[in-house]
Amino acid sequence: MPRLPKLPAPPLPPPLREPPPRPGQANGKGGPIEEAMEAGITVVDWIDERTSLSGAGRWLLFRKVPKGTNWFYTLGSATMFAFLSQAVTGVFLAMYYRPDASGGAYESIRYVTNEVFLGQFVRGMHKWGSSVMVILVFLHMGRTFFFGAYKYPRELNWVIGVVLLILTMVMSFTGYLLPFDQRAYWATVVGVNINGTGPLLGPYLSDFLRGGSEFGATTLSRFYAIHMLLLPGAIAALIGAHLYLVAKLGTTAPPWQKPVPRSEELHEAEV
Amino acid sequence: MADKHLKHRSKYTLDRQIPGAFEGETITRRRFMTGTAHTAGAIAATAFTLPALGFAIGPIFKSTPHHWEAVGATGMFSDTNYVPVVLTVSPNIGEAGKTTVYVRKFNPEIDTDPYDKGTPYIAISSRCAHLGCPVRWVDAAERFICPCHGGVYDLLGRRVGGPPVRPLDRFYTRVSGENVEVGPRFSVNSELRRFSPRDPGEPVDGIGQYLYPSRPGAQKL
Repeated sequence: MPRLPKLPAPPLPPPLREPPPRPGQANGKGGPIEEAMEAGITVVDWIDERTSLSGAGRWLLFRKVPKGTNWFYTLGSATMFAFLSQAVTGVFLAMYYRPDASGGAYESIRYVTNEVFLGQFVRGMHKWGSSVMVILVFLHMGRTFFFGAYKYPRELNWVIGVVLLILTMVMSFTGYLLPFDQRAYWATVVGVNINGTGPLLGPYLSDFLRGGSEFGATTLSRFYAIHMLLLPGAIAALIGAHLYLVAKLGTTAPPWQKPVPRSEELHEAEV
Repeated sequence: MADKHLKHRSKYTLDRQIPGAFEGETITRRRFMTGTAHTAGAIAATAFTLPALGFAIGPIFKSTPHHWEAVGATGMFSDTNYVPVVLTVSPNIGEAGKTTVYVRKFNPEIDTDPYDKGTPYIAISSRCAHLGCPVRWVDAAERFICPCHGGVYDLLGRRVGGPPVRPLDRFYTRVSGENVEVGPRFSVNSELRRFSPRDPGEPVDGIGQYLYPSRPGAQKL
């Protein structure tokens, strides 16, 4: 008699089935992946129990956004990532840069560009990234303006944004001198003199920027300190305040978004 | 607590019925402690902020001593055309600290302005009075021409075209033995009247001399 193929057992009724393993109750049966996950959860829990950071994270990230939110709303984050890219590449460029006006600055930039592995790439990211950041700042500003997102209660965030715009321009101005080639030198001479054309305070501003009445050895180190110590911290702090206000006040709907009538809103909630 | 809303409260804490008040006390000890802590903090913050600020803005008030530099023998220069010489205006930074000065012997037929009397040599700065680019003397045009924004000056350094707000700056000159020496820089207005050195872009005609004041560091010769 030919053997019949063995049929699969009929499924057990639910009350009789073995329950699937619960997280944290693997009892040694879990694989290495599960153990790693457990370890990660333990570490995160340990930190969260002592800092309550998860609440802050939820408050910052899981916000309600209005209907009609679109890609234009990403310009602010794009600007922030441009700044982060500038900060990271800038830190690594600072590992090679020497603010020495008697030739060392130019030589160190030449060394980064021509000799260091990926040096030209990182310097290029910093150089082109600065233009990208300025463009993104203006696009973000235009989005805020044309969407009317600067109105009550967000005026203070507009003011902080304008200060950030000015600081970004100062970053561009001070960073331009650092390669210390002909273009950098003359652009800075002209730029400092443009600052000096402001009446009454202008001459003192140029003296402050140059660190004296003539462009000298201190001018470069002054610009270097402003560019990499003074302003990045100020910009980071103001971005923090900017983001805090965005999270606290929420974002605005685009101007073409029609307000939903109260009755319809209730109806939608029921459905 | 009824007297809390009275207009003239007693200055004594005891009269105001603040718990733990002493006889004759006019300020609560909590308030005194808070004030003391704030004052100490303010003094500590000022102690490092003020020196740092002074350190940063000090160069504005620094006066640099006059510096004379020999630029060539007296025979090198004619009274009809300019000879470019290189002058160090900012030491220790190599080429970046040098500037070109155009030097010419005093010519009574050209230099008729009363302010130039007694000047042995006319030394004209190559720093454009617009925004500080280097001008060059173009022989054929008999003009100083700036490559950046098109400033044009005549033989005496007076503006004849473009955006500059005043004539080219000049330097004091003197003869020491066989050598011509160039000293500190000064600015001139459109009538070639002398002013303490100004930066490019700062007019010295009319109200400009007050809107762009002389710096504390500038010294009279």
